[in-house]
Amino acid sequence: MEPNKMEQSPGTIPDEWFKWKGKDTDAAETVARPSLSYWQDAWRRLVKNKLAMAGLLFLILLTLFAIFGPILSPYEVNKQDLPNQYQPPSSDHWFGTDNAGRDVFTRTWYGARISLFVGLMAALIDLSIGIIYGGLSGYKGGRTDNIMMRIIEVLYGLPYLLVVILLLVVLGPSLTTIIIALTVTGWVGMARIVRGQVLQIKNYEFVLASKSFGTKTPRIIRKNLLPNTMGPIIVQMTLTVPSAIFAEAFLSFLGLGIQAPYASWGVMANDSLGAILSGNWWTLFFPAFFISFTMFAFNVLGDGLQDALDPKLRK
Amino acid sequence: MEKILEVKDLHVTFRTYGGTVKAVRGVNFHLNKGETLAIVGESGCGKSVTSNAIMRLIPDPPGKISNGSIRFKEKEITRLTEKQMRSIRGVDISMIFQDPMTALNPTLTIGTQLVEGLQQHRKISASEAKAKALDMLELVGIPNAVERLKQYPHQFSGGMRQRIVIAMALICEPELLIADEPTTALDVTIQAQILELFEKIQDATGVSIILITHDLGVVAKIADRVAVMYAGKIIEVGDKREIFYESQHPYTKGLLNSVPRLDLQGEKLTPIDGTPPDLFSPPEGCPFSARCPFAMEVCDKVYPVTTVRSTSHEVDCWLQDERAKQLLATAEK
Amino acid sequence: MLKYIAKRLLIMAVTLWVIVTLTFILMVTIPGSPLNSERNTNETVQANLEAHYNLDEPYYVQYFLYIKSIVTFDFGPSIKQPNQTVNELLGRGFPISFELGIITIVVALLSGIILGILAALRHNGIIDYLAISLAVLGISIPNFVLATLLIQKLAVDWNILPPATWSSPAHMILPVIALATGPMAIIARLTRSTMLEVLTQDYIKMARAKGLSPWKIVLKHALRNALMPVVTIMGTLLAGILTGTFVIEKIFAIPGMGRYFVESINQRDYPVIMGTTVFYSGFLIFMLFLVDIIYGILDPRIKLHKKGGA
Repeated sequence: MEPNKMEQSPGTIPDEWFKWKGKDTDAAETVARPSLSYWQDAWRRLVKNKLAMAGLLFLILLTLFAIFGPILSPYEVNKQDLPNQYQPPSSDHWFGTDNAGRDVFTRTWYGARISLFVGLMAALIDLSIGIIYGGLSGYKGGRTDNIMMRIIEVLYGLPYLLVVILLLVVLGPSLTTIIIALTVTGWVGMARIVRGQVLQIKNYEFVLASKSFGTKTPRIIRKNLLPNTMGPIIVQMTLTVPSAIFAEAFLSFLGLGIQAPYASWGVMANDSLGAILSGNWWTLFFPAFFISFTMFAFNVLGDGLQDALDPKLRK
Repeated sequence: MEKILEVKDLHVTFRTYGGTVKAVRGVNFHLNKGETLAIVGESGCGKSVTSNAIMRLIPDPPGKISNGSIRFKEKEITRLTEKQMRSIRGVDISMIFQDPMTALNPTLTIGTQLVEGLQQHRKISASEAKAKALDMLELVGIPNAVERLKQYPHQFSGGMRQRIVIAMALICEPELLIADEPTTALDVTIQAQILELFEKIQDATGVSIILITHDLGVVAKIADRVAVMYAGKIIEVGDKREIFYESQHPYTKGLLNSVPRLDLQGEKLTPIDGTPPDLFSPPEGCPFSARCPFAMEVCDKVYPVTTVRSTSHEVDCWLQDERAKQLLATAEK
Repeated sequence: MLKYIAKRLLIMAVTLWVIVTLTFILMVTIPGSPLNSERNTNETVQANLEAHYNLDEPYYVQYFLYIKSIVTFDFGPSIKQPNQTVNELLGRGFPISFELGIITIVVALLSGIILGILAALRHNGIIDYLAISLAVLGISIPNFVLATLLIQKLAVDWNILPPATWSSPAHMILPVIALATGPMAIIARLTRSTMLEVLTQDYIKMARAKGLSPWKIVLKHALRNALMPVVTIMGTLLAGILTGTFVIEKIFAIPGMGRYFVESINQRDYPVIMGTTVFYSGFLIFMLFLVDIIYGILDPRIKLHKKGGA
């Protein structure tokens, strides 16, 4: 089949090459790659995603600063210093000072604590309720599932932020009530995902098979079920945190955010909206920057996790 | 016999993050008017890439026809512009894909999908196009064609969808039809029906067919000639009788032995051990040598010369060399 | 199809009922609310409230009458602005908010879809990276920050566009940009990713094998399928834009319902808060319903049993 590639005519091939070759089975049976556990594999894929890793790094640094940042600063978080109001960033005040002369650097890390706490708590509560409700619905199945899903459908139709506003108007804004309000209907999405995953698990043949053979359950859960079902749940959690932070910022704008003496990023940004018009950009810039970058970091990390945890993409 | 397609020294490469994959490495074959050529091989051997190259449907980047010529009638396909190519696709050369479930757009009626090719290439009124579409549905054996035209793909069974795909491919009366695994995704009973349809269509229209498959049963049923592909090369080609009864290449023999046959009951089925070579860095010699039970030292060193056994039967294997035949003879004693 | 619509209508009604009941319960329980037994100081207001809510009747009668008034689109009086009813406020404010919302959604859809398609067609090209960066920015920046920056730069510093109110098309540009950027980013991202997926489908290859031109393939075969997910998130996007109008109208001093709503929150004008919440909830729930129906029409495979929404 290679008429134009006849540069090597049979005559030029030495006779001694015509003898049987020792059989090397290794060459024919090489396994392309070592087998990795699901989590190792997912981690490897996540590490390759530079953007997601940058997001993760940012979040780790942010957490460290939220914990230790205030220690780096000599200023009290709520210490007013009116003569020094609206100082631009300098070696004294790294992020400048606000309208009451408070140190923006210190307040930014306190704000990080509040904002991250709100986000994480909202995600954890969503997860807990979602697992209980979705798990029960999917596990019971049949009529129970049907009724529970109708309830979900009704709740899903409720406009999330309007309900949150309504509740906060009534309950009065505080750290606790904000977290409660954010989770009152927020868990619905997670419950749906958990239910979907549970239904999937129930239908896996290996689950049925293992039940009938009496295989040890924990091993099956760890080896088979978790990898196949945790992915979407983890991704959903990664996306709940920033949306809760965002929602809290929105509530701050409506005057329904965290109240003094605490200050979330949302409250800080909202308090500074007027200040920017008089040229004191830093009071808005730092909280807004951290809200945006945290959103960004969680979103790219969520996207990265989605790709990394998808069993179908495992090659 | 008139050749309508001639492929010479075709090379196709894909650039990936891991390096360059040499998917097709110097393929030569031709197709006569009105005949059916089957290209057979394991998945990943380059048979689909070859057919996509003829349609110039290799995604570029990352893929590229890096060398060789594809001559369709008087036209050199590799040198046509994309626009010229568009006037060939669907008109002179048509293609059928493996999975009829995904080859039809779920959101358009099959009527729309049938006539759009026709209306793209021919100046034709809507009612004429519809009449032609009805004719085609009748040809491929779909009853109630008038009503069926208004329906969506999900309202058809798998076999019916493949018939529609075939009707779509044939509506502009092409001279060459490339069918890429047209029956793989179908039930066995439906497979037989679709194969019969191919024969019927060929009788009715005289279309030449390139059939890409890994299923030797399909080959036995409708092919006139067979090309066996391995690791981006055609290693043996011949008419159907020569391949099934006088095959020379150990790989071809291996393929035949791994298929159950009614006429050879009692014989053991022997699968071919091992896996095809990595096409990132294909071996210099015969790519099959690592799996070949008759491998000689020469096989690893030099790619075999082509031995012409008859006007139609050619094979790339060192066992055809006189010295190898002596070696075989002594081994048998 | 009819059965499906009937089912969706029923769920819609139940959801509305939940909202109405929730507002009633909250109004009855919170101190200082008009339905609470405490009495207001302003006599006109008190008279209006008693007339509307029948405060002397037992709770279950109040509840019944409240539902009746909601069903007849009567949201009662305001307590901070005497002689103003919630209906009057809605009548004045909602058309403006509606206009802002419609313009925003059109702008966000058009720009988001075009950006997403271009990014997908030039996958890994400059436009793609530009689109991704823009999308990420749009998703990450809170709209009140963006609005403030736009006013500061384009209106105050460079004096190109008017900074506030809703009196001419030029006045609309900044608020619409501020409100549309977020949804546009989400739409662009979604369109891009589904478009990329759709372009690898066999039916696209089949369309190419038919010899169709690239634009015809994109417009006829790819776009419709790529836009399905965008339709499913329309409900969420609409809700986002609606709550976004609260922020944007306040910042740009647009006399829409959103601004009245924010003011009513700050003044704890409960009837206005409740009435607006019920009205907007009904509006959004109806929109969700419409989106579901549209989705069913667009995708012939769906026999309208799949739930819309993200």
